[in-house]
Amino acid sequence: MAIIERPATAGGVEIAPPATPSRAQGGFKRPVSTTGWKSWLFTVDHKKLGIMYGVMAMFFFIVGGIEAVLIRLQLAAPEGKVLSASVYNQMFTMHATTMVFLFVMPMAAAFANYFIPLQIGARDVAFPRMNAFGFWCVLGGGIFINLSWFLGGAADGGWFMYAPNSGPIFSPSHGVDFWTLGLQITGIASLTGAINLIVTVLNMRAPGMSLMKMPVFTWLQLVVQFLLLFAVPVITVALFLLSFQRNFGATFFDVSAGADPLLWQHLFWIFGHPEVYILILPSFGIISEVLPVFAKKPLFGYPFVVFSGAAIGFVGWGVWAHHMFASGLGPVSVAVFSISTMAIAIPTGVKIVNWTLTLWGGKLRFTAAMHFAIGLIVLFTIGGLSGVTHSVAPSDTQQTDTYYIVAHFHYVLFGGAVFGLFSGFYYWWPKMFGKTLNEKLGKANFWMMVIGMNMTFGPMHILGLQGQPRRMYQWTEARAGEGFFNLAFWNQIASIGSIILAVGVLLFIINVVKTARSKELAPLDPWDSRTLEWMTSSPPKEHNFDVIPTVHHLDEFFHRKYQQDPVTHEYKQIATAEEILADQEAHADKHIHMPSPSYWPIVLAATLPIITTGVIYSIPVAIVGGIFLVLAMFGWALEPSTAPETDFDPPAAGESTKELAPLV
Amino acid sequence: MSDVAVHEADHGTHGHTTTTGLSNNKVAMWLFLGSECLLFGGLISTYMLYRGRVSEGPRPGNVFDIPFTSVSSFILLMSSLTMVLAVSAAQNRDDRGTTLWLTVTALLGATFVGGQVYEFTAMYNEGLGFTTSLFGSSFYALTGFHGVHVTVGIIMLMSLVGIIKRSTIPGDKAEVVELIGLYWHFVDVIWIIIFTLVYLIPA
Repeated sequence: MAIIERPATAGGVEIAPPATPSRAQGGFKRPVSTTGWKSWLFTVDHKKLGIMYGVMAMFFFIVGGIEAVLIRLQLAAPEGKVLSASVYNQMFTMHATTMVFLFVMPMAAAFANYFIPLQIGARDVAFPRMNAFGFWCVLGGGIFINLSWFLGGAADGGWFMYAPNSGPIFSPSHGVDFWTLGLQITGIASLTGAINLIVTVLNMRAPGMSLMKMPVFTWLQLVVQFLLLFAVPVITVALFLLSFQRNFGATFFDVSAGADPLLWQHLFWIFGHPEVYILILPSFGIISEVLPVFAKKPLFGYPFVVFSGAAIGFVGWGVWAHHMFASGLGPVSVAVFSISTMAIAIPTGVKIVNWTLTLWGGKLRFTAAMHFAIGLIVLFTIGGLSGVTHSVAPSDTQQTDTYYIVAHFHYVLFGGAVFGLFSGFYYWWPKMFGKTLNEKLGKANFWMMVIGMNMTFGPMHILGLQGQPRRMYQWTEARAGEGFFNLAFWNQIASIGSIILAVGVLLFIINVVKTARSKELAPLDPWDSRTLEWMTSSPPKEHNFDVIPTVHHLDEFFHRKYQQDPVTHEYKQIATAEEILADQEAHADKHIHMPSPSYWPIVLAATLPIITTGVIYSIPVAIVGGIFLVLAMFGWALEPSTAPETDFDPPAAGESTKELAPLV
Repeated sequence: MSDVAVHEADHGTHGHTTTTGLSNNKVAMWLFLGSECLLFGGLISTYMLYRGRVSEGPRPGNVFDIPFTSVSSFILLMSSLTMVLAVSAAQNRDDRGTTLWLTVTALLGATFVGGQVYEFTAMYNEGLGFTTSLFGSSFYALTGFHGVHVTVGIIMLMSLVGIIKRSTIPGDKAEVVELIGLYWHFVDVIWIIIFTLVYLIPA
């Protein structure tokens, strides 16, 4: 994090050397590094944290991808010998856990962190240190969960960890303990992140930006944060109860002690079903930004997209038991949840219609980002339709725990959530790094992923309807059947598909490396975009905007570039992005006071894995961790988030200052 | 994580107004309490499901000492009154009054927690351990979580007293008192629900 940005000279911004800050009340002196690893470790800048979230999520995407390929290799041939039955159980559990909690959620958080403040014209989030704390929690929790691989085996009860599989009899290793406690840590991050982003969106919008002038990405992220806010505590309770059972001898889910195993299922899915909307809505938001830009049209029916997003957020709370149709809930519950599940298809369908009509009659530009966005519409619709078949309880009872379910949620989560995130990569890369990802490689990346994903997950519909159970460890020639629908053939197709899919992801990584090495800089506004995040330099300055913009329109940036001719109603360009930026720089705010870097977020987050390790191995360690936790909280609380003005050098006559950390 | 939410200083509200007019800290506190509702919702549901499941050990009706718990509940409710007085004193910039009422609130809270410890000990001696039955596990989980919340509240109140005395509080002092007050009232309201559902309605 830069310390002091002196007034912009002709050659750009000069950065003064770090100086010793006053001793913060929190105990440590504040960190001051502007470059190198320390500037990342102690940063509270939402953009740096966004990038850190992204890098971490990408790493776990690769880990989860390797786990997926191993699963497919095991099923590529009859009587697969790649993995043992026990390791296979760990593999599919950790594949799902990694992809859901350590890839899609943090990647969505990466985009949210980076772009929500930019899209609403703010200079940072409401609680910058809490933002940093969230990142370190997810990282700590993610590493903690994966440590179990090396400490006696990972969790093996499936990602929804039903009793009795989660109990000590069927899962004697510490894997489930690592899983439970690690998810508690990432849950803390989700909770603080949700509070932080909701406050940011509600309270820190640029003047004039009413809720209905807010970009759709920000809107849908707002819905996601509310879902997190209310869903996370429910899984917290469930995980606590499971911990008490495994570590302290309680019997909450132990049938032999008279407990009701459905309690876990209810608690898990009251969290779990909003969770799937937590996974998909950020991607819906991303393509709602991408489609209008590359169709050169405003989003069709903006209020419908917004309100259907909010409707999904509400109805998403009333559908959880459709995951439990096979558990004998009774006819009334089944009927109610069946109908509510059918109902939630309506706001989703509204969105599909809006996106399609955004494309209709537009001047389409088929960039890589646009490819992925259209890919999402098509693939998500397929997954959505198979989802509707689950709402029909009699049909669902046949499909439960078969590969048909696996096919369904990979179409919505891979074809939906992941394609949306990739669309976001290609669309926002020039904004985040000042360089455009290679379009040719991007399209190759897209086609490999589309072919790979359809080959992998398409056949799973057939496999499932033919009766191949989910999580099956081996298949044999004798039981594969004959003819067109034999399991052997389609399992092999799926396995080949997964390799193609992996190559597709590899192309993306090659693209990133190639782009990073290239010296070619992206233009300021490469896609002729519509929203505020493009109204600043690329990558944005530390303080985002030289002047906080005053908003008059939905798609404010577009309306600053184009004006409608009153007679012909045609839009004519009146300014370029460069001119708008130059105008901002000329009128830059004289005094910008940014939040200061801090040691406390990483220190506080580091105490949590100590406590959880202690819970598993030795309670005194947990107590020591707890003491450090309380001390860190006091340090944090006593340190002002923004260093006081008196810590700064007064500006020389006629100078403007952009102060980012104390200078004494 | 309540400490974090409460004490986060007010970047963004510093020197200019927010879109809603409410301070960031206050909105954050309300959101946090909204989230806490679901936490206690899950725990209360668990207890309601399991309160009749007594495989061994005492049944709910046999271990509850309703007059005793009524008194400690009354003490906790009175602490809400003293909390209001503390907030009022803080808003009048009366540091002496603020620290006085905060201390009284913390003492009343501590009395409640002390009562809970006594109650738990008595129940344990009557044969109801954490792992004795599903009723025991879910009872101790629910009331234990509540007790931890009260304890965290007491720590926050006492820290606040110390901070005000050294006058090193970052941000708006009256608002910090008010925010901890919100948390304190919330924990009290939760106790009213728990007291009614757990103690007063027979299983």
